[in-house]
Amino acid sequence: MPHRTFIYFILPSLLSMILLIAVPVFSVIVQSFFVEHEQVLIEVENCNPFKCVKSLSVDQQAGAKLRQEAPLGRFNGINTYTNRNHLAFDEVALAWMESKSLVDFGAKLLNLPFYKALLFTLTYTFIVSPFVLIFGLAIALGVNGLPKFVKGPSIFVSLLPMIVTPLIGSLILFWMIDAKGILGSTLQLIFDDNNLSLKASMPLTWVMLIVYGIWHSTPFAFIVLYAGLQTVPQETLEAASIDGATRWERIRHVTVPHMVPLIIFITLMQLMDNFRVFEPIVGFSASAKATSLSWIIFNDLHGDSKLFGSAAASSIMTIIGVMILLMPVLIRSWKNFNIKLH
Amino acid sequence: MKKIKILPLVFAGIIIMGSSAFAKCGINSGKISVLANDFPALHAVVSTAEECAGGGVTFSKNHTAKHLEISVPALTANPAQYSVKIVANSSIVPLLNNDLIRPLNDLVAKYGQHLKKNQLITVDGKIMAIAFMANAQHLFVRKDILDQVGHDIPKTYEEVLAACKAIRDAGIMQYPFAMLSKPDWNLGEEFVNMYLGHGGVFFKPGSAEPAVNNKKGVATLKMLKALTSYSNPDFLTFNSATVAPIWEAGNLALAELWGSTGGQILDAKGSTEKITSNTLLVSAPRVGGGKIPASSLWWDGFTIARNISEKDAEASFRAMLHGISDEMVKKNNDKSVWLMDAYVPGKAAAGVFATASGGSQPYPMLPYMGILHMASSKELPDFLQGNESAEQTLADIEAAYISGAKEKGFL
Repeated sequence: MPHRTFIYFILPSLLSMILLIAVPVFSVIVQSFFVEHEQVLIEVENCNPFKCVKSLSVDQQAGAKLRQEAPLGRFNGINTYTNRNHLAFDEVALAWMESKSLVDFGAKLLNLPFYKALLFTLTYTFIVSPFVLIFGLAIALGVNGLPKFVKGPSIFVSLLPMIVTPLIGSLILFWMIDAKGILGSTLQLIFDDNNLSLKASMPLTWVMLIVYGIWHSTPFAFIVLYAGLQTVPQETLEAASIDGATRWERIRHVTVPHMVPLIIFITLMQLMDNFRVFEPIVGFSASAKATSLSWIIFNDLHGDSKLFGSAAASSIMTIIGVMILLMPVLIRSWKNFNIKLH
Repeated sequence: MKKIKILPLVFAGIIIMGSSAFAKCGINSGKISVLANDFPALHAVVSTAEECAGGGVTFSKNHTAKHLEISVPALTANPAQYSVKIVANSSIVPLLNNDLIRPLNDLVAKYGQHLKKNQLITVDGKIMAIAFMANAQHLFVRKDILDQVGHDIPKTYEEVLAACKAIRDAGIMQYPFAMLSKPDWNLGEEFVNMYLGHGGVFFKPGSAEPAVNNKKGVATLKMLKALTSYSNPDFLTFNSATVAPIWEAGNLALAELWGSTGGQILDAKGSTEKITSNTLLVSAPRVGGGKIPASSLWWDGFTIARNISEKDAEASFRAMLHGISDEMVKKNNDKSVWLMDAYVPGKAAAGVFATASGGSQPYPMLPYMGILHMASSKELPDFLQGNESAEQTLADIEAAYISGAKEKGFL
């Protein structure tokens, strides 16, 4: 296709992507370098129904003038990225010097909010993604082998976990695993421990969130791989079975290699989506035991003191994290693409 | 005699009567929209104010538990998205910091002469809000269970711990205590209340520097940890919505809850006669040899946005005055502890009254208190789960506060 036609073809998408993705991200990057102006405090007398008390309040006139001159705020440069709420360079250096062992250093590091969130986010991403792929493939192969009249309903049932809104799904599960809920009391019976509470223990909460994540994302892998399974060349499969290959060997040597592009696609999507895990933490009220990068962004913008610069810095670091995660897959795709061309 | 045309006269009469019904509160025109938290007392006030709608006066309302999130952006818009915001001690602070609400001195002089002096919330002489109800966290007890173990109603938290131990040892309940310990705003509030009970001061006088890492802070944390040991292990998911049903099901003996939950717990719905008749609302306990209850006093009131027309401001003010009128109080007496004279204190108010008369401190209305509040909510779960020491937690709270305050420009 001539270049001009190509440009005209993608122009609407390109324009909307620039306007709706590139410009906002650029704006967030700019915001992450600024903090609010210094507040001028004056002493005033506050009277409420109970008593009058001398207190400090913000001087509006002085603040308004500052805000008019420099609406973005005070330039803080890279300091927002290195403060305690983010990469915490000073605190990490202090912990490194003070720790007696690597385990001690690790414990001190996990006391910092960003690293605590990063650990859970990475654990979640690297456990949920492969399991989603494996289960998705297993379910796709299973459904593919079913008789025709059962296929439709089983596809529908397999898709359900993804269709349920994440927040509602996690709330339902939250009440089921409560110590008095159906899953919670069943587990208590199985393990013969009346004090077993999934919500009270940190490792169990992580397990619960990961199980929920796998349950919720598997249908996506299933439907993509199921579609791919329909395109597996039948001649190669028949040739393989004539040559004496078992079902497992046929899957391993014919089906899976054929679906590598789809597997790469699912891996890409899963790494990106799972790195941004957020709804399960809110739905399970698990923020005391597990926080994620998206959750700390939400927390900064939560309540009456909104820390915009801090949230912007966390957002940029999440984007950088996703880019780092996707690097290997993108490089491999690029290599495959080049091999196909030449 | 000329036949007087009856029909037009009748029509005219209906129209006159109708329009005077529309100008019910005496307001002719204006656009009123209310943003408020979501609990029964506020529903009562706002729906009474809604009676002023009609005939040129438009009224809309938004009750949401997320009001804190949207109040600043909604009122910063010009014109403001809401003309009235119902606030409490802490939620008025971001509106004051960002200059989003207007002084009401002129409107009070014109229409609010009947308001009591203690309803006027003033900052530097300017009336910024009109308060209409008081609230505080205090102790709820099951008298029958306390009688079973032979304990009196606890007056200090040390007595609360002793009563809990007795209840557990007697085999009545394994986890008899609950407080609002969900690690969002709720847990921070428990820290603030307990710290105030120990007589602690949050900031160095005259500055925004934190001063919680001291003996009183450590005692506060230790008492909170001791109390959670008598709470169901899921205590980190407890807020008012989760604890009230647990109380109504009879699975708690002692709890520290908001006074405004009292109406819901004492009513006939959702619970049995045995539980509601034995539920007593008493003052928040003292702690650590302190003289005041370990709680903070809260007021709820309404404010008028700055970025609206003078006409809308006047209409909104008059509608809200109608919303807090004596008729409303008489119809909704037990929904809250009203500040108006027409209020008759009932069983549901006993706890808040006792806490206030015990000398409890009001929640500090400082511009940077919110940052410290959220910092303590974030760092306390680690201590309550036994992952770090009290001193480390207090140091973390101060460090988290300092980075937040630096970003907001207070330090």
